Amino acid sequence: MTEIVMSQTPPILHGPSEKERKYDRQLRLWAASGQAALESANMLLVNSGAGTVGSETLKNLVLPGIGRFAIYDEAEVSEADLGVNFFLDDSYLGKSRSRGVTELLLELNPEVEGSWYPNEGVRTLDALLAGSQVFTVIMYTHPIQPEQLSQLEAYGQKHRTPLVAIHSAGFYSFFQINLPGAFPIVDTHPDETAATDLRVLRPWPELVSFAEDLTKSIDDLDNFEHGHLPYVVILLHHLEQWKATHDGKYPATYKEKTEFRKIVQAAARTNTPEGGEENFDEAAAAVVKTLVAPSLPSGLKEVFEYEHTDPVEQSSGFWVIADAVKRFYETHQCLPLPGKVPDMKAHSRVYIQLQNIYKAKARKDAAEILEMVQATPGGQHVDPAEVDLFCKNAAFVKLINATGWGSDAETPRIDRLRSVAAAEFAADASAELTLTPLSHLPIYLALQATAHLPASQPPAVGAILSAIAALVPGAERNERVVQAAHEVARAGAGELHNVAALTGGMVAQEMIKIVTKQYIPVDNTCVFDGVEGRCQVLRL
Amino acid sequence: MATTEVHPASEPARWAYLDRIRTRPGPFTNPDSFDGKVVAEAMENMKILVIGAGGLGCELLKNLALSGFKDIHVIDMDTIDISNLNRQFLFRQTDVGSFKAEVAARFVERRVKGVKITPHNCKIQDFDEDFYMQFQLVVCGLDSIEARRWINAMLVNMVDEEVEDSYKPLIDGGTEGFKGQARVILPTVTSCIECQLDMHAPRAAVPLCTLASIPRQPEHCIEWAHVIAWDQEKPFPDLDKDDPEHITWLYQKSLHRAREFNIPGVTYSLTQGVVKNIIPAIAATNSVIAAACCNEALKIASNCAPFLGYPDNNYMMYSGNDSIYTYTFRHERKDDCPVCGTLARPLPDIDQAWTLRDLVDSFAARPEAQLKKPSVRAEGKTLYMQSPPSLEAQTRPNLDKTLVELGLVDGQEIGVTDPAFATVVFKYRLKFKS
Repeated sequence: MTEIVMSQTPPILHGPSEKERKYDRQLRLWAASGQAALESANMLLVNSGAGTVGSETLKNLVLPGIGRFAIYDEAEVSEADLGVNFFLDDSYLGKSRSRGVTELLLELNPEVEGSWYPNEGVRTLDALLAGSQVFTVIMYTHPIQPEQLSQLEAYGQKHRTPLVAIHSAGFYSFFQINLPGAFPIVDTHPDETAATDLRVLRPWPELVSFAEDLTKSIDDLDNFEHGHLPYVVILLHHLEQWKATHDGKYPATYKEKTEFRKIVQAAARTNTPEGGEENFDEAAAAVVKTLVAPSLPSGLKEVFEYEHTDPVEQSSGFWVIADAVKRFYETHQCLPLPGKVPDMKAHSRVYIQLQNIYKAKARKDAAEILEMVQATPGGQHVDPAEVDLFCKNAAFVKLINATGWGSDAETPRIDRLRSVAAAEFAADASAELTLTPLSHLPIYLALQATAHLPASQPPAVGAILSAIAALVPGAERNERVVQAAHEVARAGAGELHNVAALTGGMVAQEMIKIVTKQYIPVDNTCVFDGVEGRCQVLRL
Repeated sequence: MATTEVHPASEPARWAYLDRIRTRPGPFTNPDSFDGKVVAEAMENMKILVIGAGGLGCELLKNLALSGFKDIHVIDMDTIDISNLNRQFLFRQTDVGSFKAEVAARFVERRVKGVKITPHNCKIQDFDEDFYMQFQLVVCGLDSIEARRWINAMLVNMVDEEVEDSYKPLIDGGTEGFKGQARVILPTVTSCIECQLDMHAPRAAVPLCTLASIPRQPEHCIEWAHVIAWDQEKPFPDLDKDDPEHITWLYQKSLHRAREFNIPGVTYSLTQGVVKNIIPAIAATNSVIAAACCNEALKIASNCAPFLGYPDNNYMMYSGNDSIYTYTFRHERKDDCPVCGTLARPLPDIDQAWTLRDLVDSFAARPEAQLKKPSVRAEGKTLYMQSPPSLEAQTRPNLDKTLVELGLVDGQEIGVTDPAFATVVFKYRLKFKS
């Protein structure tokens, strides 16, 4: 189920504000904190080519209420724009395209500010970049002039601004996210069932005594009481009994867990009107999932192993907390308890007690970590709420773009593309045996080959293939690459509205994830094939 | 890639990008079914139906108008609410309260010159077969499973093997948060919405005794206020889930109950979410899914590239929570599909000690049935009818008889009808628990 926004303060007895009503359906996804982040975002779109994918992306960001946007687009509105771009009409023919799109997008949400360039005051991209408030994210569409791309890349380096390249042509598209460094996310929104951590194999004294109290005379309980023992308590009770007959060890292997499950099932009373007990069914069903020893999830392991030497990273609350959690893990051999208890058959009172035992332990763990954080140089300024959030989500914290890219990375980008190409082509060769979908790398190559061709020169197959040969020598002879080149040539640098809209939707989702630091962004390239109706994410 | 010639029908400069693709073959175009010379004109003469003018519907209308379709109809009975404005981009603050279909149609007609959009401010059930027969394609952007099942059953039943025009491809999209799906159904040829029903299993209901005596979650307190307190106290004649005063009443009741049991977490927003079963929705996801649907519509209408539905994949699942993941696959037709199949669908886990009432009540929650007001027949005999009232009264005594008393045996075939799907008899085969 979707996470619902809950306020910590006592609820107020009046209805939601006008703004909360308007944004209700999205606040249920990213809460007030995500909304505040969106509303302070300042986004730049450098638009060119057929120009629709950029407009569609911004539409999906203006509607949920980003703070402001700017469009830089040197094109004038042509007839062809009116057949593909919804945010232009006849009245703009011959006029600045950035102006038309900006004005029609602003109609969608009076709370958003937008501006368009070039205009009489700001005539070049350079001037815009030099004279604007720092941009939160910059998106640019292909084809882009190489000198403009260099300007954007320099700006991105200087201001640590994420850059997103977008290319849509005919049935194909891709976008590529270039983050300025490792990008950690705490609020990843895992599925609730996956995020349940009951720690029945590492119970703490309060939980142990609570379970013992409820089960010390389990056989004397009346049917109602017996049928309302929370399944966590049932598991703890039978685990203790198991340990007593198994040298103090918990069931570990699949076989032992199956045996344990049978014991739990057999402990249910059958002389009830229903012929069984739901809480024991719940306990048996939870055995395999719940009887797992605490371990370090791979995402968090990557965080622990990442060497953060960059001064900007050093001073960020995230890394200070991550270091503290790492020390906590080394000391206790388990992560801070998230503290959430799923619903289970139980009395209201007993369930609330159980919930409070978990919450108290979670608070205790978080307090221990907060103490470590505050003892760290620079840690005094870390917001305790940030520590809390980290502790609740520790198992699902994720690091994107951990290895970086660009001139300072160890592997130049072109080498990475070539090694990915080799791996993808090799996988394709055995795709029929492994029943895996074919790679979208050919599509990426064919589009990338036309990344700087002006829209006025529709690309020919031969030119595309020689550009591909320069990117990945030999790839131009691959049959699927040749097909992709033909498909790109067919589009003639033109967009299909549907593919532009679909890509604009995906890019907008990604921008929302990056700005709100919630959910997990693409790392780092997503390629869409509208012939098959399928995406592939590649790390290039 | 024999030809590079473009064959525009009208306004070649405006539709230059589209014509390059839809009138010229590419490497994946099937030469046997593609004729670039006739595509543009054929599409201009097509009639296409959009069901729903909400989050997906607004996108669908925009996309179809910019895909070269000129004659579009749209059905939606709803009026515009303020909570629509974060994604339904054809509507403004001043449109709140107006019909969605009407406002959406006018907006797209104004913006995209040459397209005609006919709005129908009513329910899909208000139209009959003759109405649906006039379209060549149906695209759905609905939030209700029930409406999807209804139109699916209609289109499947309309198929006449001897009339080629009676096959109406159905393209269906749905979203929830960052996730969604797009699918193509060729009625009687590929897996239909009823075949795929178990992919949209209803959320398990909370047992009444939990609500009544042992609530544990804020949702339990809200459901208690909604289904028990409201009925007992009747603060207003009818519950209007869109009336803030009604929601406030439920919220305060829920809050009171939650305090009594020390349950944290009841908020106005949660109350509204539970009572209205609100599904989170954003513009970006609607954009992805509606465009995926219209991309298939363009391919089906022009044959300029292979489309979902035939011969292989027919379903695209999309998830944007954790990176982006799509799974495009083929959902197989089911011979025991109650709508497009011929065999009865097995109904497992039936307890032979059940009364007919137990059986009837179980239909709503079963993923393979999801029928809220079922009437049951077996071997030509009526066991229970929901309407008309005279028949209901006559058959009501059967509800308290056990299945065995009614002569129902393991493997028995039963026929079930439901007023939500007037034309369909759902055939099921009872499978008793051993």
